[in-house]
Amino acid sequence: MSVNVSRRQFFKVCAAGMGGSSLAALGFAPTAALAEVREFKLLRTTETRNTCTYCSVGCGIIMYGLGDGAKNAHAEIVHIEGDADHPVNRGTLCPKGAALLDFVHAPSRLKYPEVRMPGSSEWKRISWDEALDRIAGHMKEDRDRNFEAKNAEGATVNRWLTTGVLAASAASNETGYITHKVVRSLGILGFDNQARV
Amino acid sequence: MALQSLDIRARSATTTPLSSVRRGVEVAKLIDISKCIGCKACQSACMEWNDLRDAVGENTGSYDNPQNLTESSWTVMRFFETEPQGRLEWLIRKDGCMHCADPGCLKACPAPGAIVQYANGIVDFHQENCIGCGYCVAGCPFDIPRIAKKDSKAYKCTLCSDRVAVGLEPACIKTCPTGALVFGSKEDMIEHGNGRIADLKERGFQNAGLYDPAGVGGTHVMYVLQHADQPGLYALPNDPKISPLVSLWKGISKPIALAALGLAALGAFFHYIRVGPNEITDEDKESHDTTRPDRAQ
Repeated sequence: MSVNVSRRQFFKVCAAGMGGSSLAALGFAPTAALAEVREFKLLRTTETRNTCTYCSVGCGIIMYGLGDGAKNAHAEIVHIEGDADHPVNRGTLCPKGAALLDFVHAPSRLKYPEVRMPGSSEWKRISWDEALDRIAGHMKEDRDRNFEAKNAEGATVNRWLTTGVLAASAASNETGYITHKVVRSLGILGFDNQARV
Repeated sequence: MALQSLDIRARSATTTPLSSVRRGVEVAKLIDISKCIGCKACQSACMEWNDLRDAVGENTGSYDNPQNLTESSWTVMRFFETEPQGRLEWLIRKDGCMHCADPGCLKACPAPGAIVQYANGIVDFHQENCIGCGYCVAGCPFDIPRIAKKDSKAYKCTLCSDRVAVGLEPACIKTCPTGALVFGSKEDMIEHGNGRIADLKERGFQNAGLYDPAGVGGTHVMYVLQHADQPGLYALPNDPKISPLVSLWKGISKPIALAALGLAALGAFFHYIRVGPNEITDEDKESHDTTRPDRAQ
């Protein structure tokens, strides 16, 4: 196909093109009026219900995890917010609860039992079995030595005053009931939870 | 079909018409200052949702932390101790973008698409189009936008446009433990606010009222103030307006400058066809060399 363009036509086309592109450069070009919001970041995350670890109010939270639970996907908590269906907080959270994500990922967070042996200045990582055996051993030793079945007047008291227990504050009613039964049946009176954080 | 999840009502430095047929609900955030306890859960939730972590600040003897809005702190609690009715009142205001119906930042912005107002009222910054000129800072009657040192882009509260676009409430609203922050249609929020104002008036706050300033066309973030007659108590402007410089620049100066630009081009063209290019002859050169020997070297 041959194109017949006269000298005059050629100059006209070039001038029009030049003018158009100059106008565009000056900001007269109509750009598409589009703008999209930031992509919703929780679209396919896995939602896991839990209870806030801080105080005894026990607010319900939802933890949003990376991945859908597939075998090869390594889960990672990417967002935490209040559980709107939870009767305690109905979605709200205090400043500490609202910042739980950084609590979960804190480098100083304790993730396993540690022990500092007598005379040592170092914390040493131990297994849960070792930790529970060690605690049970110490409790038995102390209870055998200090348990009081009767007081000075001869009344039955069955108390053990030299050991105390601090339990979780965010436990359910059932967990609290069982904890209470175990602690009180040992005779322990010093019993509280970590609500006042 | 729209290519965005929220329809656009206004876009910075754009003259092409925007789709305006569809009608949606205008949203609003209502901040009830009388219910706020200053716990800063909204600040935490905002940082968490928007993936922002500001630098750890320093205590300067006030609860304000951080001291001011930054590119990483889009909302900040401001604490005021005053005695407007003869007894101490501790007024705590959550500061942040007001999402004006007539946004000064958007008017002032010269970068196409860097600032956008959605049909639901949210004013959003799009950092990919931002040129970091800072005109939005000058254009804002509430001193909200902040330019980041790291990337020279402007940042501010988005009213969680990414959450609202999928039908969720903003992160600060959801977390607020006292219900001082509520979110819904602008109509409902005004009604909710009026209920609160009636309650406050019964409790002795005769001047309680809604802060929804008309000077910027109303806002999509409104306050219930105990002392609406004195917004200055909360460091709020009495009658916020877009700076006259912005309207001057965008109203009169721009068309005049464009006309001057066109006239200059036209003048140059006529000068060229009438007079032609300025040519130097050998005579000119010689006379120049002889008459101005001091310059010839």
